[in-house]
Amino acid sequence: MPGVDGFMYPNEVELQWSILIVLYPYLTGLVAGAFILASLARVFNVKEVQPTYRIALLTALAFLLVAPLPLQLHLGHPERSIEMYLTPHKTSAMAMFGFVYLWYLLIVLLMEIWLDYRKDIVILSRTKTGFMRLVYRILTLGSQNISEESRRVDDRVGLIVTIIGIPSAFLLHGYVGFIFGSVKANPWWSTPLMPVVFLFSAMVSGIATVLLVYQVVNKLRGQPVHMFCLDAIAKYLFYVFVIDFSLEMLDLVHRIYESDESFRSLDFMVHTKLYFSQIILQIMLGTLVPLVLLGANQVMKFGESTRRKMYTVAGILTMIGIFAMRWNVVIGGQLFSKSFLGYTTYKVEFATREGLLPAIALLLLPLGILWVLLKLLPPGEEEQTA
Amino acid sequence: MQKILRESGHLVRLALVLAAGFLIFMAVRAAIVPKSFGQYGHYRGAVLEEIRAKPISFAGRATCEVCHDEVAKTKSEGKHAGLGCEACHGPSAAHTEDPTTNHAFKPNPATLCVRCHEADRARPKTFPQVTSKDHANGMSCGDCHKPHSPKI
Repeated sequence: MPGVDGFMYPNEVELQWSILIVLYPYLTGLVAGAFILASLARVFNVKEVQPTYRIALLTALAFLLVAPLPLQLHLGHPERSIEMYLTPHKTSAMAMFGFVYLWYLLIVLLMEIWLDYRKDIVILSRTKTGFMRLVYRILTLGSQNISEESRRVDDRVGLIVTIIGIPSAFLLHGYVGFIFGSVKANPWWSTPLMPVVFLFSAMVSGIATVLLVYQVVNKLRGQPVHMFCLDAIAKYLFYVFVIDFSLEMLDLVHRIYESDESFRSLDFMVHTKLYFSQIILQIMLGTLVPLVLLGANQVMKFGESTRRKMYTVAGILTMIGIFAMRWNVVIGGQLFSKSFLGYTTYKVEFATREGLLPAIALLLLPLGILWVLLKLLPPGEEEQTA
Repeated sequence: MQKILRESGHLVRLALVLAAGFLIFMAVRAAIVPKSFGQYGHYRGAVLEEIRAKPISFAGRATCEVCHDEVAKTKSEGKHAGLGCEACHGPSAAHTEDPTTNHAFKPNPATLCVRCHEADRARPKTFPQVTSKDHANGMSCGDCHKPHSPKI
């Protein structure tokens, strides 16, 4: 059979989870990571990353709104997704994820953004005219109160929401890892480390996204890109990346030492079908190079322009590396047979429902949404007062 | 305290919006989720009655054997004793109700037998399998094997 080597069971020949399912944990990870960076500014009062606070929140929202779309496109019949809420299936991890998503969207992200932007919304509802005035008036929920005292209440409640938000962000992405990690039939996925690895890689990719988005957005808006802020983000990216890489290596070393019955098969795959995406893209280009670039900045002093370039290259490579990690988990986990004696092939289609074209569109869509959000809720002056 | 309450009016509004959203959701849920959902499990309970009301397609081996007792005897002594009649002859409830008008389906051994007996690595080694192209040389299986007791 073309594309099949060795012995495959009939139901393993064709991959069921396509590139869209690679996108799903990737997008969710960016949300969790961006939110955690925002919480650094809010809860832990890290002054240096304050300028990115609002951009990080809006980035998280833009990506969160798109995160379920790959799933709906993959499954078809998006109108049925509401059933998950109407008739909750309490013993299904996937079905319960709908509630985690809703909680995170409504109670954490939207509420935090609303509380933080309330003053701006009220002012905009007074200064704008026509249709936009109506939009802002609706967003104020009819309350024009922006007194000092009411802002203090907002701050207090916002802080509580962020504190609840941190475990929620952990839950959001830990859950994605849990769904893979709990597939006990698949040795590539089935490890209790999976939720933790997913979580840390989510933080890495989210912080890298904000690092890039902050620079691009502020350039486009004609706002200054503060170097102290980039330095701080890069420092946190480096620390989290070290933990993430250590966890992944721990998983690898454990697998090599344990060498259970699946090991030869998985090892073969890493050296053949997954060599480019795992060794070259994920580990070398996507992890080691950014780690060296970021690490060098922790021990040596570079000029401002060099630092900026190093951070940007590290950020882009990190994003590619984390995408490769998601690819290797989702696609890699379906390339080998449970017999450990055969391998199949995944050929990405182009302009089909689960092809490359919709995947690219879904990756660009959050950027479009972010652009609209930035127009609707401009991060404004506050970010410069770090 | 009173001051804090006065300055929290917008939060009360937010809570009311969320509560209204929740109530609308519950109302929609009550209106569109079928009443019998969850009666027996995670499905619509009334569906069992609906399925029961559908016309029966299969007659069952015991009904076939009322008339075809000789075939049943031959079959019970051969390798195919475990197979149900309708596994090969198809759903036959209509035939059992009116045998003169509704004839039972008579399968073609040339295409039917290979469904189970064509050589396939995924099948247990002890299961009789042939590569029909080499084994039958263009003849139909039924030319040598009698389907109700296939051993020659």
